Amino acid sequence: MFLLLPFDSLVVNLLGISITVLFTLLLVFIIVPAIFGVSFGIRKVYMKTLLKIFQWATLRIERGAKEKNHPLYKPYVNGIIAKEPTSLEEEIKEIRRSGSGKALDTPEFELSDIFYFCRKGIETIMDDEVTKRFSAEELESWNLLSRTNYNFQYISLRLTVLWGLGVLIRYCFLLPLRIALAFTGISLLVTGTTVVGYLPNGRCKDFLSKHVHLMCYRICVRALTAIITYHDRENRPRNGGICVANHTSPIDVIILASDGYYAMVGQIHGGLMGVIQRAMVKACPHVWFERSEVKDRHLVARRLTEHVQDKSKLPILIFPEGTCINNTSVMMFKKGSFEIGATVYPVAIKYDPQFGDAFWNSSKYGMVTYLLRMMTSWAIVCSVWYLPPMTRQPEEDAVQFANRVKSAIARQGGLVDLLWDGGLKREKVKDAFKEEQQKLYSKMIVGSHEDRSRS
Amino acid sequence: MGSRASTLLRDEEIEEIKKETGFSHSQITRLYSRFTSLDKGENGTLSREDFQRIPELAINPLGDRIINAFFPEGEDQVNFRGFMRTLAHFRPIEDNEKSKDQNGPEPLNSRSNKLHFAFRLYDLDKDDKISRDELLQVLRMMVGVNISDEQLGSIADRTIQEADQDGDSAISFAEFVKVLEKVDVEQKMSIRFLH
Repeated sequence: MFLLLPFDSLVVNLLGISITVLFTLLLVFIIVPAIFGVSFGIRKVYMKTLLKIFQWATLRIERGAKEKNHPLYKPYVNGIIAKEPTSLEEEIKEIRRSGSGKALDTPEFELSDIFYFCRKGIETIMDDEVTKRFSAEELESWNLLSRTNYNFQYISLRLTVLWGLGVLIRYCFLLPLRIALAFTGISLLVTGTTVVGYLPNGRCKDFLSKHVHLMCYRICVRALTAIITYHDRENRPRNGGICVANHTSPIDVIILASDGYYAMVGQIHGGLMGVIQRAMVKACPHVWFERSEVKDRHLVARRLTEHVQDKSKLPILIFPEGTCINNTSVMMFKKGSFEIGATVYPVAIKYDPQFGDAFWNSSKYGMVTYLLRMMTSWAIVCSVWYLPPMTRQPEEDAVQFANRVKSAIARQGGLVDLLWDGGLKREKVKDAFKEEQQKLYSKMIVGSHEDRSRS
Repeated sequence: MGSRASTLLRDEEIEEIKKETGFSHSQITRLYSRFTSLDKGENGTLSREDFQRIPELAINPLGDRIINAFFPEGEDQVNFRGFMRTLAHFRPIEDNEKSKDQNGPEPLNSRSNKLHFAFRLYDLDKDDKISRDELLQVLRMMVGVNISDEQLGSIADRTIQEADQDGDSAISFAEFVKVLEKVDVEQKMSIRFLH
C-alpha cells in the first residue's frame, strides 16, 4: 500500500499538470483572444486544410465510381426540370392557339385547358419551391460527415480510414473542447450579466454590460468553431433601429451578437434558455415576452414601438421569417416588424454548407441534438453582409416594405426570393391561394364581370 | 441503418424502371431522392397526405384529381414503381421514339397515353365516358365560386354538344381525342428535364 502511494501521487500530479496546461492553452489561445475580439488565424488555416481534404475525397469517390463503371449520384443544385415562368393566362392561350382556328380572345372553355393544370401539378410533384427549403441542402462534394453522402459504395479503404480519423478528431478532440468552451461562455454570460445587473444604471453599467455580452458571444462562436466574415461593417445597426435577418438556425443570434450589441426579442423559454434570458435582461433591456403575451399582436407591437422610440436603447434583432429555412432561400417576412416605422437594417447571412449544415430542421431534431450535431461538425463557416439601412416609403404599406427588404437580403446573400410563408413547414396552405387560381381561370372562360357590365 | 438502406436503389430496380418508363439512370435516382423526401412516413410509399403537403400542388385547383391519378383503384399507398409509371406519362417524346415500330408495347408517354391521362381526370367514375355531371364537377373544381350554376351548366352543355358524335350526351375517349386532334398534346403534356 505504502509503496503504491508515490506512484499514485505521480499520476495525480501528471493529471493535474496536464489539466493546468490544457486550461492555460485554452485561456491563452481562445478565451483571451475572445475577450479582446482578435484572432490568431488558426481557424482560417484549419478551414483551408479541410477544403483541400474534401476535394481530394470527392476526387477519390469519382475515380472509384469510374473504375466500377457506375454512374455517380450527382445532386443538381438547380433542380431537375425546367419550369417556364409563364402565367396561367399565357399558357392556356398558348394551348388553345395550338388546337383551334377559332377566335382566341373570346373567353370560353376548352377541354384542353386541363393540360395546363395537369402539367403544373406534375411539375410540382417532381420538384417544388417550398418543401425543399425545409430539408438539408444537397452538397456537390463529400465533406466526410456521413450524413450527406449518397455514394457510399465507392469509398475505398483509404477514404474509410480518413473518415474514421475525422470521427475521432471530431468526437474526441473537438467535441470536448467545444463543450468546455460553450460551458465557459454560458456560465460567464449568466454570472456576468447577473453581477452587472446589480450596478446602478449609468454609463458604467452600459459599458460593462456591452463587453460582457460581446465577450461571451465570442467565446460561444469559438465553441462552434465559427469562421465568420463580416462585410460592410459601416452599415452595422444603430440604436433606435431594427435589425432584420434571414433565419437558418438558433446560432444566427450568436453570429450576429458577437459582432454587435443587440436587444433580443423573443419568447421566454423554460430550462437553460430561460435562466440565460432572465440573467441577460437584468444587465440590459432585452424584450422578452411570456408565452401568453406572444399571441397578443398589439401588445407585442406596442412594446417594440416603445423600445425603438427610445434612442438610448439598443437596436432590436428580429428574424421576420419566423422559422428556420435551409439557407437556400428567403421566405415571406411577417409584416409586424415593418409596421413599427423604425429604420430597418437588413442583414444577410449565408452559411457555407460544406463544413457542416447549419440549418436547424426543428421538426426533425430537438435543440440538444441539433447543438450536438453542430459541435461535432467540422466548423460553421458563414458570411454576414450588413446592408444599407432602409426606411418605409410614403406610398408603401408594411407588406410591400417587408418584401423590398426581403429582396435586398436575397440578392445580397445569393438566396432565392420566395413569396411563400415559412409557416408552411408545419401548416397547410391557405385556401385563399387556391381561390386565387380559380378566379384567374374563371376570367379565362367567362371574362371578368367588369368587362361584361361595360359592354 | 434503415435510413441508409432506403436512400439507395438497387441496380436491378433501376434497370426495370428504365425499361418500363424510359427515364434515364440519373433521372431515376434523382426522382428517387425526391420520392424519399416526400415520404414523410419513411415507409417506402407515398400516401395522399404526402402529396398534399406540397403547397404548390395544394393550391392547384385540380390537385386532388392529379394526386388521385397516382393511386390505383382502392389503394391509398403508391410505391416508387407506381410513382414513376405515372410520371412517365409526362416524359417528352424523343425523336428516336417517334419512328419506333408499332409492334412493341405502346410507351407510357405516347400521345394517346397522354390524352388518356387527361381524359381520366374528367372521368370521375371511370366508366370511360365524361358525362355532363362529371364535366360540371371538374369545371366547378377549376373555377371555384366565381361562376354561377347556370353559366357553368351552359358551358358544359356546349362542350358536350360540340364533342358528342354518337348522340349519347357524353364524351367517349374517341370523341375526346377527336376534339383535341389539333392540339399539340406532345408538347403541352410534357415536362422538360434538365438532365
